[in-house]
Amino acid sequence: MLVVFMLHTKINIKVMPKLNLRVLRLQLGAVLLSSLTLSQAFAADKDYQVELPAAPEGSVTFTSPNEADIPNNAFGDAVRYGQSLFTNTQQLRGKYVGNELNCSNCHINKGRKANAAPLWGAFPMYPAYRKKNDHVNTIDERIQGCFTYSMNGTPPPFGSKELTALVTYHYWLSTGAPVGQALPGRGYPKLDTPAEAPSVSRGEVVYQDNCAICHGDNGAGTQVDGHYAFPPLWGKDSFNWGAGMHRVNTAAGFIKANMPLGKPNSLTDQQAWDVAAFMNSHERPQDPRYNGNIAQTAETFHKHQCFYNKEVDNELRGQGVK
Amino acid sequence: MLIHNKSIVLTIIMTLSPMALADDLGQTIVMQGNGKGAMACSICHGASGAGQAQAAFPKLAGLDPEYMQKQLEDFTTAKRNNPVMSPIAKALTKEEAVAVSSYFAQMPTPAPASANVDEPLIQAGKRLAEEGNWANDIPSCFACHGTNANGIGANFPALAGQHASYIEQQLNAWRSGQRSNDPNQLMASVSQRLSEAEIKAVSAFLANLSVTEH
Repeated sequence: MLVVFMLHTKINIKVMPKLNLRVLRLQLGAVLLSSLTLSQAFAADKDYQVELPAAPEGSVTFTSPNEADIPNNAFGDAVRYGQSLFTNTQQLRGKYVGNELNCSNCHINKGRKANAAPLWGAFPMYPAYRKKNDHVNTIDERIQGCFTYSMNGTPPPFGSKELTALVTYHYWLSTGAPVGQALPGRGYPKLDTPAEAPSVSRGEVVYQDNCAICHGDNGAGTQVDGHYAFPPLWGKDSFNWGAGMHRVNTAAGFIKANMPLGKPNSLTDQQAWDVAAFMNSHERPQDPRYNGNIAQTAETFHKHQCFYNKEVDNELRGQGVK
Repeated sequence: MLIHNKSIVLTIIMTLSPMALADDLGQTIVMQGNGKGAMACSICHGASGAGQAQAAFPKLAGLDPEYMQKQLEDFTTAKRNNPVMSPIAKALTKEEAVAVSSYFAQMPTPAPASANVDEPLIQAGKRLAEEGNWANDIPSCFACHGTNANGIGANFPALAGQHASYIEQQLNAWRSGQRSNDPNQLMASVSQRLSEAEIKAVSAFLANLSVTEH
């Protein structure tokens, strides 16, 4: 779901070896863990929170192939299945998906839309070192991360038909894209620091005026016949506290460029920051890296622009909802 | 005997319930008008709420009741300026507007109004309705009007099976500003980015869609 990550503060893992082990287990999986010695893991300063650089300036020129041109063979079948999982991720509900979202809620137009974290912007940039988990990630592992956080679920295993199909869909959408080169339109745009610090109360006004019509007065989305026509933005059915979208800056960039649907860039930067703060000031499912202590978890993973371990309306955020 | 009494009581309750009265009122106005300036809805929209394609009178049967109420309210203001509907809407009381809206809402949705066989046009409209045209920031119709354009709540009306002539007319009304009662100007923004050809195509496609039952 999120391609953009940032943080300025580095933390020294040596001070909390116990927590770090927990993190490693969760993040790396058995295969990588076995190949990673403890001395490597504890050797250097780690920062699990740093963002990727902004997309390069310039107009968007890359275009993915047409859906009609998906070949009619085994490869094409995998592309089609991957696209199906991407746009209707709810078919994996209960298996790999733990909330009511679909990949395409944030990766708009089936993962094709520039400035909405298009898959063609992400795929050619992997394998890449990610500070979020402090090792080199393949695209497979990157997608697994989306399941852990944005989908609040359990990642499909390496080699599973689901993960393979999703990777195949990424690859196909990236046909013709240069490998290892960041393209304009990748990720979400980075907004300049707002004139005034993002305000939850101002954001609430922006929300009610622009967002509530689809996402509901209380952010719970809109359901039709038991399915979400418009996705929930917070609460138990939305992304968790570990998803990149819970960062105010990430959400602000997404919102500015994409929301309301059909009216991109209609909000001012300040409005986008404010409404992102409002959205992300609400409770959501716990960060899977939570170690039983909100303050410690915040120290390791949340020293960025977010409301985890912050008080909102006299309530501590980051308690998680189920 | 006891059961018999109960059923009589139930019949009386049902007859006198506000819903039943509203239905009666709705039916009366739809079939006969209200005698105070609002002519019978059925003259233009049909007794079954099917509308008339040639005159671009919309199909009303099965539409969301709150959506229709809001339209009747907006016809009384500059937000939805229409020489035919505005005087009629002004002649309806709030209670009457609610009654006719509920009456049309509970009607079964008629079969697709159009039988357009211009296959390339339909296919172009299908692409737009299902995929949008993101090169021009146009989302898919289905993203807001629901899968198969069955409608979502009071703000996003069903479009499946609506007359192409009416959809086309309304998209143009949004473009010109004659209609401006869409929440948050969502439809105005999108319609301004639609080309004439896209409007024709998407209207033809939506008119040909069958409403899938909820």
